[in-house]
Amino acid sequence: MATSRAAAILLAKELRLEFRTRELLTTTVIFALVVVVLFSFAFEPTAAESRRYGPGLLWIAFLFAGSLMLNPSFAREQSNETLDALRMAPIAPFAILLGKMLANFVFLAVAEAILVPVFAVLYNVSFSGVAGRLILVLGLGTLGLVITGTVFSAISAHARMRELLLPLLLLPILTPLLIASVEATASLLAEQPELDRTWVAFLAGFDIVFLTASWLMCDYLLEE
Amino acid sequence: MPASESALTQRSAISSEAEQIALGEPRANSQPSERGPAGNSIGITFENVEKRFGSLVALRNISLGVRGGEFVALLGANGAGKTTLLRMAAQLVKPTSGNVAVTGTTSKSEDARRFIGFVGHSTFLYDEMSAEENLNLFAQLYGLGDYRGDVGNALTACGLSSRAGSLVRTFSRGMRQRLAIARALLHGPRLLLLDEPAAGLDRQGLAWFGSTLERLRAEGCTIVMSTHARNESLDLATRAVSLAGGRIERDSGIDGDPAELLAELRSAQGGEA
Repeated sequence: MATSRAAAILLAKELRLEFRTRELLTTTVIFALVVVVLFSFAFEPTAAESRRYGPGLLWIAFLFAGSLMLNPSFAREQSNETLDALRMAPIAPFAILLGKMLANFVFLAVAEAILVPVFAVLYNVSFSGVAGRLILVLGLGTLGLVITGTVFSAISAHARMRELLLPLLLLPILTPLLIASVEATASLLAEQPELDRTWVAFLAGFDIVFLTASWLMCDYLLEE
Repeated sequence: MPASESALTQRSAISSEAEQIALGEPRANSQPSERGPAGNSIGITFENVEKRFGSLVALRNISLGVRGGEFVALLGANGAGKTTLLRMAAQLVKPTSGNVAVTGTTSKSEDARRFIGFVGHSTFLYDEMSAEENLNLFAQLYGLGDYRGDVGNALTACGLSSRAGSLVRTFSRGMRQRLAIARALLHGPRLLLLDEPAAGLDRQGLAWFGSTLERLRAEGCTIVMSTHARNESLDLATRAVSLAGGRIERDSGIDGDPAELLAELRSAQGGEA
């Protein structure tokens, strides 16, 4: 079976499970909202201050929410050893990883779609006129986050202290992605908004490198 | 009524729908290449296999060839290595040294998995999905074309058609086990690996399971079943292999009679069967 077809079947399974339990989305959205609201109390969110600190706060919220959401991604396959059932199926191991990545991307994108308007109101910033470019930056940044996070979720799923292990492994690796995402977002919030193509290219490169690496290593990632 | 007679009566009286709807039967619309050579059974060989988990040696120097169509009863106490051996056969665990190969098919590893069915200690089912959704998912992953009819038949055969839309988390242990067996047989495997498959099954479930095994054996499906308890289905075995401490302790052989080993198992358990 083609990897894309198997990944689509698994994506549908993930969406079905999530929209039935709402475990990941609810916690992720609430956590990210709490972070954004708390930060808004920490300093005076004038337009100038928000342009300076806003992108960093926004991406920190995404990052923390993402690491919270990615943790159970593989861990919840352990209750009935369903990951083994997927590994026994005649599909490419990368399809399992890809299905998870796509699902995590959808979940985080939904969380961001709720969070960004709230952020714009609380921090007195406007994304009108740059919406398309912002979606590009959010898309590339989120993709990098979920590719890396899904891989580390698979690695840490068997660990006893996985809740602690995932952020410890993930956050340092994501530092370059965080810097690039913040810089690209900041360029869109400037008084004269202009997308910084260097950082966008960096984000695209990051995504390609980590997606290729996960494809090459997926056999080992999913092994016991 | 003696227990064995009662069980036999139950087996013969098993619901007619389960008899008529043969679960795990090779699919009529599947290509010959999907079912091993000429639709026949496939086997498995272990050559000098050793498996370590850290400092623990789970399997030591295992060499075993299971021929197509054999029904091998894998016996041994807890910790003897039965589960590790079966998980290795299911390609879930790689040996530390030695080779494991599925024979009778030239398919590469990924495709060879379509010939294998495995019932393990866990159910391999999603609790938050219904029985039907679980079977639909695995039917799709195994590439079954028009799978809805197969899924319906599987649910009827295992006696869960009335609960097809219920979430698995609402099922009893026995119902989950029946569904787990149905999941393993859905794609018509030619090599069936069973690890304590009767756990949690009630008498009706045992009767259904026994008749299913009988039919699969008659069709030439290779079966390797582990148990440390007396199980009526063991009477179907054509060979018995006992493990102890990760080694093969005794093997009745390909053309041998497993009766002696099985009788020892029976007497070791106080003749409870």
